[in-house]
Amino acid sequence: MGFNSPSLEYSALAPMLVIFGAGIIAVLVEAFVSAKLRPSLQLALSIGAVILAFAQVIRLRGTETVTVADNSVIIDGPVLFMQGTILVFALLGLFLIADFEQFAAQASAVPGSQEERTAIQTGKMQTEIYPLTLFAVGGMMLFPAASDLITLFVALEVLSLPLYLMAGLARRRRLLSQEAALKYFLLGAYSSAFFLFGAAFLYGYAGTVQLSGIASAISGGAGNDVFFLIGIAALSVGLLFKVGAVPFHAWTPDVYQGAPTAVTAFMAAATKVAAFGAALRIFYTALAGAEWSWKPLITSVAILTMIVGSIIALAQRDVKRMLAYSSIAHAGFLLTGILALNKSGLAASLFYLAIYGLTTLGAFALVSLVQDSAGEVADLNRWVGLAKRSPLIATFFALFLLSFAGIPLTSGFIGKFTIFSAAYESGNTGVVVVGVLSSAVAAFFYIRVIVMMFFTDPEEDTVTVTIPPQFTSTVIWIAALTTLAFGVFPTPLLDAIASLSTFVR
Amino acid sequence: MNPTNYLYLSALLFSIGAVGVIVRRNAIVVFMCIELMLNAANLAFVTFARMNGNLEGQVIAFFTMVVAACEVVVGLAIIVSIYRSRRSASVDDASLLSR
Repeated sequence: MGFNSPSLEYSALAPMLVIFGAGIIAVLVEAFVSAKLRPSLQLALSIGAVILAFAQVIRLRGTETVTVADNSVIIDGPVLFMQGTILVFALLGLFLIADFEQFAAQASAVPGSQEERTAIQTGKMQTEIYPLTLFAVGGMMLFPAASDLITLFVALEVLSLPLYLMAGLARRRRLLSQEAALKYFLLGAYSSAFFLFGAAFLYGYAGTVQLSGIASAISGGAGNDVFFLIGIAALSVGLLFKVGAVPFHAWTPDVYQGAPTAVTAFMAAATKVAAFGAALRIFYTALAGAEWSWKPLITSVAILTMIVGSIIALAQRDVKRMLAYSSIAHAGFLLTGILALNKSGLAASLFYLAIYGLTTLGAFALVSLVQDSAGEVADLNRWVGLAKRSPLIATFFALFLLSFAGIPLTSGFIGKFTIFSAAYESGNTGVVVVGVLSSAVAAFFYIRVIVMMFFTDPEEDTVTVTIPPQFTSTVIWIAALTTLAFGVFPTPLLDAIASLSTFVR
Repeated sequence: MNPTNYLYLSALLFSIGAVGVIVRRNAIVVFMCIELMLNAANLAFVTFARMNGNLEGQVIAFFTMVVAACEVVVGLAIIVSIYRSRRSASVDDASLLSR
């Protein structure tokens, strides 16, 4: 029997190949280069790889859409946009990771042990965070590009497994960090088992794992509907877990709070793009013909997510948990983009993902600057009167919060406006009404934080705002400028997205 | 033999795993339940490959095994490190967050 080697179009796969290749080299660097050189070398390697991959994405833009690697990967306009977005977030995430002394010197050492103290004193830092980040970025780039269920599953795991480890790498409050890693891992693995089981039943239904094959099986209507319904339900559970939609959101606040803030920032921004990218592709291409089966489900999940995210955020006393619940609410807003199921819905989702990620990166970068002697202070009560001590930081944080709330002149407003109008056009009036109402509820707690920072006197003076290191202030400035720029002049980006936003089936 | 029976078995194994994750306390046992769910999915893939008369499902089973092996590596690393700092692998003990 002959064996045909698959044809790989290396050129179209180049962005991902660069990232994965750099990840493997970074593992070797970790093993063979001396501890002194490692941090700077790893940082340079990772940033170089991300920039090179971004250049490849730029080179590929506008080229014809191709399915590569024996139809298991599609490179089309939306995919390239998402890959570019993920790479930008990865670059900013790496900036945050580079600046902070917030990672465990040796993740394997027991917290508080002699081993750990020696590692910190001698400066023998392990820098496994860089290869882990690169692999996670590679998986995130593959996830929205995958065009069959098994590539989707492999990409899902490639992006998740490094993130589980990264969540557990904090230097301070290590028990919390390890707990976050454990919870993220167990729940994440649980949900990917659901994803795989769903993939199995969709395969049973369609006889193929290709998304296009599933779409034609649906339009043909010959398969077994029971298999189809089991498959679609279990697959949705896996996807909705990754995007953090209610009722699969339980991990989000714990992981956001426990993970090192730089990792939280990167994860919150980039995972959302990857997961929504894959969800958009699945629902827009493979399952579009069977709208009747999933629309009620996704509608109720979207409504629940918006309401629960906004309301529980009101009761939070921890900044990172509050931002986590706000990210849950935003996942609900983004789900309305899936429900829209038209070209403007796709374009609005892409825009929303890009601007939401930038704002999130900026907000978490700021959280890491508010510190006391024991490290970061995330307790909201101690943020009271922050504007008195550091007006600039408080102003930036207020800007990001206003963008999350969707106040005009910030990018968040344009994002919400485009995504809700796309959903309204396609007749999902109910979801849009709930979305607008829960935005109003959400605005209340964002503004409450702003009032706390600006108009309340501080009770005690224990919190300091550290002077931002170079890289971190770059991230904050970029986030703030884009938040304003896309709020005032969104047209260029919206036009660019509209020109490329159709998925190839 | 009717291949549908294997699907029932697969669904049964998956349910045992899914319920096990929820009711068991020890992180290792929870993890084993997740592995059981992955293997149930594998059995479904192989059965469907037989029913559909193509080999895709069998190939996927190999992919799943590799991914499951990677998951073991990462999962045990996390569970062992948390055990070393707490002297306990109980999921209920890890409750510092969410207060």
